[in-house]
Amino acid sequence: MIFNIYIFDNHGTFLFYSEYKRLKKADMSYSEEGKLMYGLLYSLKSMCQKLSLTDSSGTFNCYRTNKYKLNYFETPSGLWFVINTDVNAIGMRELIQQLYQQVYVEYVVKNPECERGKPVESALFKQEVDEFLRRAPQFR
Amino acid sequence: MGIQSIYIVNKSGGLIYHWDAPLAVLEVEKTFRYPLDIQLAIKRDVIHRWRVTFGERDGIKVGYTILAINGIPAEGLKLQDGREIGDVLEKQENYPINIKFGKIRPSLNERMFFASTFHSLFAIASQLSPEPKSSGIEVLETDTFKLYCYQTVTGIKFMAVADPRQSNVDALLRKIFEIYADYGLKNPFYALEQPIRCELFDIHLQQAVEGIDRM
Repeated sequence: MIFNIYIFDNHGTFLFYSEYKRLKKADMSYSEEGKLMYGLLYSLKSMCQKLSLTDSSGTFNCYRTNKYKLNYFETPSGLWFVINTDVNAIGMRELIQQLYQQVYVEYVVKNPECERGKPVESALFKQEVDEFLRRAPQFR
Repeated sequence: MGIQSIYIVNKSGGLIYHWDAPLAVLEVEKTFRYPLDIQLAIKRDVIHRWRVTFGERDGIKVGYTILAINGIPAEGLKLQDGREIGDVLEKQENYPINIKFGKIRPSLNERMFFASTFHSLFAIASQLSPEPKSSGIEVLETDTFKLYCYQTVTGIKFMAVADPRQSNVDALLRKIFEIYADYGLKNPFYALEQPIRCELFDIHLQQAVEGIDRM
């Protein structure tokens, strides 16, 4: 089950958000939630680099609580994709990669209206993301 | 061994215990010509050190620190004979130069920082949950390790850094809680919320970690 999706860039700009089956509504404003999520990811990333005894290049892939799983993927260009799913969802890394390749690149990177580093306001992009995630086997 | 470290954090986010697996030391020695083709920077900590920031090669990875130059051990930013490492590396006449790199364990300061950071991230993760009544982070997965966290009803967190393939870590953390109750809390000299310094606790924790695969 996919709950919601967040996209950030490496400067912390909250680019995109969409939600599907979110039961608990946020108890803060949209932009505050974005900042809190960015802060969480940033701290987790730096913590993981310090903790790793063997190699410091790896970043984290996901974390799990008893109710949800947060899947994280960072592109080399510095975009951060986050999808919250139920705890049993698998293959999310590949799904996010496909989402980036088939939807983000096609509808944001190739869209001259979308400026880099600004929130994505394209309705077509939102529609395509929703459609893409609804088609995914992990969605149900 | 599958378990790399164990951390115990009290309910206010203070580190009260940590344990490390005896680790095979990661060290790489290499002779360099002028100019040096890896980038180094000073890492700020209790003891400042020179650390690789760019240019991985021949097993030298980003994050490794300089342990010795030409066989002379480094002490912070200086060599044991008193020369500054920065000056030694700059001068062309010192080349070819033999440098030993290695990964050093995080300092106690870094560990305390980690404990309190994780304590707050744990709470934020449950606040950002899309589902109602979520707990905090239970497992964090990376390419090289998994971080397990078990929070007891009294608010103490037991954490383990383990190999991604290691199983039974949840059971181990519950076992450590039991050991904590038996040999930490029942020790009349142990003050609640304070660092655990009990010999029996150390011994039993060691046994539990070694016995993880037989659980």
